[in-house]
Amino acid sequence: MAFRITFNIMQVLVVMGFSPLAVGVLNRLKEIIQSKRGPSIFQPYRDLWKLFSKDEVISEESSWIFRVTPYIVFVTPIFVALLIPVLTSYPLFWAFMADMVGGGFILALGGFFATLAAVDTANPYGPMGASRTRMVGFLAEPVFIIVFFTVSVVANSTIPFIVQQVWVTPLANFFKPSHILLLLAFVMLILAEKGRIPVDNPSGHFELAMIDEAKDLEYSGRGAALMKWGGWMKLFVLMIIFLNILVTPWGLAANLNWGEVFLAIPLVFIKVLLFVVLLAIIESWLAKLRLFRISEFMSAAFVISVVAMITSVFAR
Amino acid sequence: MSLLLANLNALAGGLFLITAFGIIATRQVQDCLRFFIFQSIFLAASAFVLGAQPLSWHLIAVGAINLITKPVLIPWVLRKMVREEVYTRREINQIISIPTSLMIALILAVAAYFISVPWLGAVGADGAVRINVPIGLAGVLLGTYTLTVRREAVPQILGILAMENGAFFAGVAIAPDLPVIAELAVAFDVLILAFVVGILTRTVHERTGTTAVGNLAKLREEPRQ
Repeated sequence: MAFRITFNIMQVLVVMGFSPLAVGVLNRLKEIIQSKRGPSIFQPYRDLWKLFSKDEVISEESSWIFRVTPYIVFVTPIFVALLIPVLTSYPLFWAFMADMVGGGFILALGGFFATLAAVDTANPYGPMGASRTRMVGFLAEPVFIIVFFTVSVVANSTIPFIVQQVWVTPLANFFKPSHILLLLAFVMLILAEKGRIPVDNPSGHFELAMIDEAKDLEYSGRGAALMKWGGWMKLFVLMIIFLNILVTPWGLAANLNWGEVFLAIPLVFIKVLLFVVLLAIIESWLAKLRLFRISEFMSAAFVISVVAMITSVFAR
Repeated sequence: MSLLLANLNALAGGLFLITAFGIIATRQVQDCLRFFIFQSIFLAASAFVLGAQPLSWHLIAVGAINLITKPVLIPWVLRKMVREEVYTRREINQIISIPTSLMIALILAVAAYFISVPWLGAVGADGAVRINVPIGLAGVLLGTYTLTVRREAVPQILGILAMENGAFFAGVAIAPDLPVIAELAVAFDVLILAFVVGILTRTVHERTGTTAVGNLAKLREEPRQ
């Protein structure tokens, strides 16, 4: 029991510790592809350090929502990290606290508060970005639901640890259409949900074109650090869900002992790095879509997920 | 048939269906043609997988003929016949917006399953037939839909060819012992079709200066200057 609690907390620490590194590698890779040198891969850590040691300025006109939001945005990915297999392939202490739908709800809660906080200060750019994020969010919602539905019908469960064990056994099931097509739809979801390039430009500094970034414009100091770190952790958690549950449920600790869990950390990080390379390639390869083309992108994702569903669920 | 082959066949089916949606969803004639090429490759892949176990040279020959005609010869013919400017990046003026037409197409695909799965169950069909027939039917319906919704000549041809692909996708599972001569005849037929429509498109282009055949629905008193 004590082991399961410790390992569960270790999962959280891994997510907290490695998510800035993953983002740093991603930014560096993108700059290298553009034949620039780019910032150090440890730059996100320095940013966090800098922001944490700065003063925070909060508008007098803002309400408690604005103050509370950074903590909610920071805490929600941590809750999800308790539920999913980050390091181990067996259920840990809090694994049955909520299923995948619950995890999706927790992540959406962070997004909900971030939206409210963006509207709260009456900064003209905040509400604009927030309403756009909601637009992308509600277009992504049906895809999420179909993906979860198909996954749980195929695996007969909605608990991530169980899905991860059933999904790719035997190995031939890796080539099931439901599997491959859901992977495709899920990558598109990650891109949309985290505001990566075909949907939004994460490194853009032009406020009128912002979607995801506009929400933390008003934050400074500690608030900004928590918002940024929370965003990176959310990306990391989504990547972990994608890699450890859906694509490659290998390389995780199978037994309750320290050695395997520590061995799992580098293995999982290698998988994350491979995905980061893929992400960097996608982001350098595609151009940002116009706002009204995003619905086409999301309906393509929806079509792919529905095809995955009908070829696996209806044809039985 | 082993589980791996069954899964690979189903995967080829899923990707086949997605390319059928792709022909509806893309704005550029060039991408439409690309999706058609991929669709034909997935069709050939399904024929190869079904022909591998139990070994059936008929199906492998069908796959090979497909692989030669559709991804290679037909695009070549279309490129020769229709002027290059048609393929350059051009947005197609569609009757229905792309998200809406994708949703309609989805309904068609789901309908194909609802129509075919019950009677496949009643007939007692086995693995590959249960996968291929609904997807083939959906392919035919989506091809028809492409034909009605596009207003550009080349995507309309591709709609017809996609219908033919759908029929074959169902066919390779239902009739694995189809004589190769029949497949050859169909392949030539399709090629001739591409030729004829190519010539027609070229003529239309010369007469009216465009291949957006959707604009030709109205009668005029005198030809456009």
